[in-house]
Amino acid sequence: MSLQVRNLTKQYGQQKAVHNISFELREGEIVGFLGPNGAGKSTTMKVSTGYLPPTEGDVLVGGYSVVEHPMHVKQLTGYLPEHNPLYLDLYVHEYLNFIGKLYGIGSAKLKHRVGEMIELCGLTHEQNKKIEALSKGYRQRVGLAQALIHDPKILILDEPTSGLDPNQLVEIRKLIKDISTNKTVIFSTHIMQEVQALCDRVIVINKGNIVADDSLTSILKRGSGSVTVVAEFEGTVNIDDLRLLKGVQSVAAVGASSFRITADAGVDVRPEVFRFAADRNLSLIGLKLEENSLESIFHTLTTQQVMHSEN
Amino acid sequence: MLQVLSKEFNSFLNSLIAYVVIGVFLTSMGLLVWVFPDTAVLDYGYADMDTLFSLGPYVFIFLIPAVTMKSFAEEKKAGTLELLMTKPLTDWNIILGKFLASFLLVLFALLPTVVYYFSIYTLGNPVGNIDTPGVVGSYIGLLLLGGVFCSIGILASSITTSQIVAFILAAFFCFILFSGFDSVAQLNLWSSQALLIKQLGVLYHYESLSRGLIDSRDVIYFLSVTFIILSISKLILGSRQW
Repeated sequence: MSLQVRNLTKQYGQQKAVHNISFELREGEIVGFLGPNGAGKSTTMKVSTGYLPPTEGDVLVGGYSVVEHPMHVKQLTGYLPEHNPLYLDLYVHEYLNFIGKLYGIGSAKLKHRVGEMIELCGLTHEQNKKIEALSKGYRQRVGLAQALIHDPKILILDEPTSGLDPNQLVEIRKLIKDISTNKTVIFSTHIMQEVQALCDRVIVINKGNIVADDSLTSILKRGSGSVTVVAEFEGTVNIDDLRLLKGVQSVAAVGASSFRITADAGVDVRPEVFRFAADRNLSLIGLKLEENSLESIFHTLTTQQVMHSEN
Repeated sequence: MLQVLSKEFNSFLNSLIAYVVIGVFLTSMGLLVWVFPDTAVLDYGYADMDTLFSLGPYVFIFLIPAVTMKSFAEEKKAGTLELLMTKPLTDWNIILGKFLASFLLVLFALLPTVVYYFSIYTLGNPVGNIDTPGVVGSYIGLLLLGGVFCSIGILASSITTSQIVAFILAAFFCFILFSGFDSVAQLNLWSSQALLIKQLGVLYHYESLSRGLIDSRDVIYFLSVTFIILSISKLILGSRQW
């Protein structure tokens, strides 16, 4: 089942949270929805689940418009909201039962489903505890179990791993990976490693605009048009001298006397930088080849001025 | 709607709320009707249940807002309202579920007081010397009044995330709607409109029912007030869509 976001705009008062974005998730994809805080990730998700209406545009789930058929869309999607709200005074199985009933699952099937979800999400030992007694990682599992109880075709997860410790992080990621085999999943995050660990495809959003929508490998390649080196000197260096080195495209100061030097692809400027320092009798105290990782691509994508956001 | 109703009602039962509400209501009514000399029926000398029906609404003014104050305020604060609203439920399902759960609790609090009727019935001299139609009418009035108060409580809870604000607003509006209109009508300002203002309030219709004459106009008044107040809550919940 596919999820299509079509020319979606969402405005809160005067402020545009999401500005005319469109993308499509094909069946079976896991897509990371990446962006800094306040970029419009949660807003897009809230519109997709029918919680908020779009100002303009539409979201189609399996061909059904969220504006015209909200009940049908809600039946097809599983949603884990940001901060994972739960009824803390309920027992785990009681809570899952309640959510299941809201989806109209019959009691015999529901009992089976609840058992299945408890096992799948690793809650077997916690099922007879009240949710308030659970640690954050387990609560997150309950949130996931709740989103999965009616076997939705589309899974929308809003920051499913925020605030977890590193072990829980790995577990929840594995869980998401496991359950996503026959589902279309979109999850938002601002953690790069997560995207690397989970997704086939990344959509980067910044200030309400999509700045990248591509497969992970091509986004990683995108940065490889150049090589970046970070050099740190002792003493003062004239930045313009560095710019004159062979193969250097640009130089940016990152500290008092450290510089990020971007050079043409295939050129390793480190020997040049070393000779530069030696010639001027400078001490070179750091010289590191920076991998153009997702993190720095994220940084470039989300800090550059978005062209059409101003109009 | 039924799922929300049963979940809400269960959460009343699983927390202390249900027991405290029922316990406090029955204790205070029991003391007022049987023990406190100013109001006790034993000292009064007449076999009637006026104490219950005239003071019951004032106890409700405090108890019902306490029952309803968390219904939406807490869900909004905890974010679980977003969860409910992304499930295949309409806003009416959620509102009616919560409303009926609190109404059911009021009904359960009121039910044991039926024992008072039988006690007074037997204590009367001659036995059975009690205005039965009046009691039946009063019970219907008190239940309908409970419904109005529940809807006010739900409304107050839907406009804020603070339970305390919800409680105070609900208690205030219950009081105004119950006896405020009646008192305002007594001001020497209105001349011929005084009755109209009086009829806007709950007390006028409540007293009319407690005379034992179940007038459809009074019943319709109560039901429509409840419906209007719940509709305003629906409007407020729907305002996220604007």
